[in-house]
Amino acid sequence: MKLTFPHMGNVYIAAKAFFEELGQEVIPPPRNSKKTLEIGTKYAQETICLPLKIMIGNFVESIERGADTILLTGSCGPCRFGYYSVLENNILKDMGYRVRFIVLDPIGEGVDKLKKNVYQLFNAQNIKDVLEAAKIGWQLIKKADYITDLSNRKRAYAINSYEVDLIMDNYFKEVEKTFGAKEMMELMDSTIDKLNRVKIKQNFSPIRIGLIGEIYTVIEPFVNLELERKLGHMGVLVEKSLTPTIWVEHHVKAFPFGSKLERLKHELAKPYLKTAVGGHGLETVGSAIYYAQKGFDGAIQLLPLNCMPEIVAKSILPNVSKDYSFPIMTLIIDEMTGEAGYMTRIEAFMDLIKRKRRTVANG
Amino acid sequence: MSIKVGIPRGMFYFDYYFLWKNFFNNLGVDVITSPKTNKDILNKGVELCVDEACLPIKIYHGHVDYLKDKVDYIFIPKMTSIHKKEYCCPKHIGLPDMIKNNIRNLPPLIDTEINLKKSHKNIKSSVFHIGKHFKKNSKTIAEAFQKAYRQYQEYIEMTTSKIIPIDINTKYKELSYITNVKKENYGRRIMVLGHSYNIYDYYINMDLISKLNKRRFDVVTAEMVKENRSREYAARLPKRMFWTHGQRIVGSAFALIEEKSISGIVYVSAFGCGLDSVLIDLIERKAKENRIPFTLLTLDEQTGEAGINTRVEAFIDMLEWRNRDEIDLSTHG
Repeated sequence: MKLTFPHMGNVYIAAKAFFEELGQEVIPPPRNSKKTLEIGTKYAQETICLPLKIMIGNFVESIERGADTILLTGSCGPCRFGYYSVLENNILKDMGYRVRFIVLDPIGEGVDKLKKNVYQLFNAQNIKDVLEAAKIGWQLIKKADYITDLSNRKRAYAINSYEVDLIMDNYFKEVEKTFGAKEMMELMDSTIDKLNRVKIKQNFSPIRIGLIGEIYTVIEPFVNLELERKLGHMGVLVEKSLTPTIWVEHHVKAFPFGSKLERLKHELAKPYLKTAVGGHGLETVGSAIYYAQKGFDGAIQLLPLNCMPEIVAKSILPNVSKDYSFPIMTLIIDEMTGEAGYMTRIEAFMDLIKRKRRTVANG
Repeated sequence: MSIKVGIPRGMFYFDYYFLWKNFFNNLGVDVITSPKTNKDILNKGVELCVDEACLPIKIYHGHVDYLKDKVDYIFIPKMTSIHKKEYCCPKHIGLPDMIKNNIRNLPPLIDTEINLKKSHKNIKSSVFHIGKHFKKNSKTIAEAFQKAYRQYQEYIEMTTSKIIPIDINTKYKELSYITNVKKENYGRRIMVLGHSYNIYDYYINMDLISKLNKRRFDVVTAEMVKENRSREYAARLPKRMFWTHGQRIVGSAFALIEEKSISGIVYVSAFGCGLDSVLIDLIERKAKENRIPFTLLTLDEQTGEAGINTRVEAFIDMLEWRNRDEIDLSTHG
């Protein structure tokens, strides 16, 4: 079994080390590129949302490198992500690839199936093995997220922000050469060390922006055109409303109650949106209010074109923005998004926030 | 003067109007509906709604805007789930919240959540929640709903007996008129697929059904296939279909495709529909396997009628040549 999985931000770093540690052969897809997207847009149906197109590109590139089994998490509505596995299987069959899909559907779809899949993936004999393995995986995810977060913070404060990019690019290159959890942890520790040595500006309070919206576009830097880096170079401190750590805390660790942070966001969203609408629509509204209350300067909502839950959120955000006098900009992304137009909008938004700060400061 | 409740003529109007109208009437409440979709309603909806929403959602905004000064309440239930373990589209779920945030000066909304995901018994509490606006006594409310539900069942029977549901809604005030209507005229059928609010709103699809009738084709829709039959076919999908509407559309399409009782399929989809992006793929594959011609009409507020006419005519011409020459032309050329 040669295992592969779709890209989503830094998840592949943790997943690669984790499955290698468990004795699985792992072939992570090459990092997302124009080519990945091109393959996806060519073979996926035109009207589907962007994540599926990129995933198809990932799978094809991995299969060409020898992968024969695809791992995917599942869901059962109401967002169309739940049906991805079926569509992707069809598309790959059309292209003549014979691969096996392992889909981890939520527990409500049958405990036995999930159990069987997890035991097989984790090379586990009993529940103790599973828990043992999960612990390592959790450590890796948390650490990978910590690095992403640290790099964002350093970039905003750094005297030379490109130094951070250099360290991070190097880190991504090294990731491909490591094997197993131990080597990965060492690499991560040395990267953290390097990041901490970056020289930072003193007495500097950066603009703080919350990234909210659909999870895939928030987490995956290729899809959002490296928004975190772009903002970082402008001296903006970025916080993401969704990260793999937050996702695992909410859906796995605190199952079935949900994590404290997410429940707080649901509570905050209540006056505007009464119930969940699938995907992360409710969380988007809640996060906007959460950042407004935390004194952030603004928020940027990201969504792939035609994302159903986020459209609901988008029609509600203007009222949040007005009630809290909190600037929110929406960026919609698809395969046609051009970088120049995107940059102009971000710069304009930053100008607006800076002016707002000055007006407030001058009373 | 009795209380007036407005039901906008959009979205679930085409599925549940009969049920809710009778329920409200049984409670002694007047029901007012907005007129059939027209240019003013469309323009108003486009102006009020976010650009990214699909056409029927925009039109719905227009209908609500029309009603807002004319009624005491507007009825927009939050349709989270209408079947156990299944969902509606995320935009259906967020509809009352979108309306509240997009339209100012609304009368009170009745936006009771209908969520049967855990159990079908949950409908009871939703019905009481709606009824409590008008009557205190829960027994009266329960009776009013039961009576309305029986009438609704009769209506469902009618729709599965070869009468196009919208005709029942508009042409016939009383169900008893319907029994004498001639149901099949031409002996050949085209299946028109899509969400009820796209295929029964004649303004959205530019009266597609009459166009097909004029070319001497009977029309069959997803609602006209019995529910248990469409469920049986949908169950053959590799993964459980978790949208009730998706289930209905895919299941009924699969049923008629395998039966080979239709000459072709016309799928009417609103641009940006998330469910359709999945459903179309599944149905088109199945149609291809069984050599049933398939065409897709994508609609938004910019769609012109001439373009639609051309596509429909070309499709029908193809069907007729196929029939006349008894050659199997490529169904997807």
